[in-house]
Amino acid sequence: MARFAPGDRVRVHLAHPPGHLRTPTYVRGKTGVVERICGSFPNPEELAYGRDGQPARPLYRIRFAQDEIWPDYRGRAGDCVEVEIYEHWLEPFEGGRSEP
Amino acid sequence: MSHDHDHAPPPDQDGPLSYYQVMETAVRELLIEKGILTADQVRATVEAMDARSPAIGARVVARAWTDPAFKDRLLADGSAACAELGVDMGPTHLVVVENSPQVHNVIVCTLCSCYPRFLLGLPPDWYKARAYRSRVVREPRTVLREFGTEIPEDVELRVHDSTADMRYMVLPLRPAGTEGWDEARLAELVTRDCMIGVTAPKSPPSH
Repeated sequence: MARFAPGDRVRVHLAHPPGHLRTPTYVRGKTGVVERICGSFPNPEELAYGRDGQPARPLYRIRFAQDEIWPDYRGRAGDCVEVEIYEHWLEPFEGGRSEP
Repeated sequence: MSHDHDHAPPPDQDGPLSYYQVMETAVRELLIEKGILTADQVRATVEAMDARSPAIGARVVARAWTDPAFKDRLLADGSAACAELGVDMGPTHLVVVENSPQVHNVIVCTLCSCYPRFLLGLPPDWYKARAYRSRVVREPRTVLREFGTEIPEDVELRVHDSTADMRYMVLPLRPAGTEGWDEARLAELVTRDCMIGVTAPKSPPSH
């Protein structure tokens, strides 16, 4: 079952493990909001090495404010990036902004 | 027989095969040798992939513009709605993102070049280039301006990074001046770049 629901604030792990990862570096350590649950999919970090990727992992679309990702973002406040992130990369986040 | 060759012939690809070219050939030959695939099946699949074009996506957009119930289904489950039109999405999970007067959407895959090939065919070279992939998440308004697309300050810009199992298509805004048009005529306004989100369909010239 999915641990997070649409609207939940979450933070992406700030981690740099070796291997094949589908979590872009630019959102690691950043805080966003769950936009939707996409379903569950085999873990690509396992699939990349010929394993079966089971158990399947819940996948979310996370909406990040541009100025959360890029503090010097020059665009309209409210511009955002939406990125698919697997559940094992997410933790609940309470409070204000993440540390830059 | 004289024929003036004032153009250079395409370069021959006589260099050594790359690691992945060797691997592809080896795996393909093994699959054929073991009777799992035939050479004709491989060829036919390549032919089918090359035959896909943005006209498929344009048909989906034109239907969504003329049929509000279809649009709702398309936004709720892109792959299922496309199947209604006979568009085979294969294993692709399609997410359709809708432009509105308040929101403009644009699509990228920063990690590689994920693209809704079942709807748009093969991606353009710039979509796969590092410059587009790295810059459109960092300074999207500037990148769109370079494509000739000015997003007004009162419009929110949403970038969608296809990092995992979803594929994306932008549902553009139906241009003004197309009232009463049928689907086929509307579809002609919808280009590949409109469905990636780096531009928008142009209104027809008024008479």
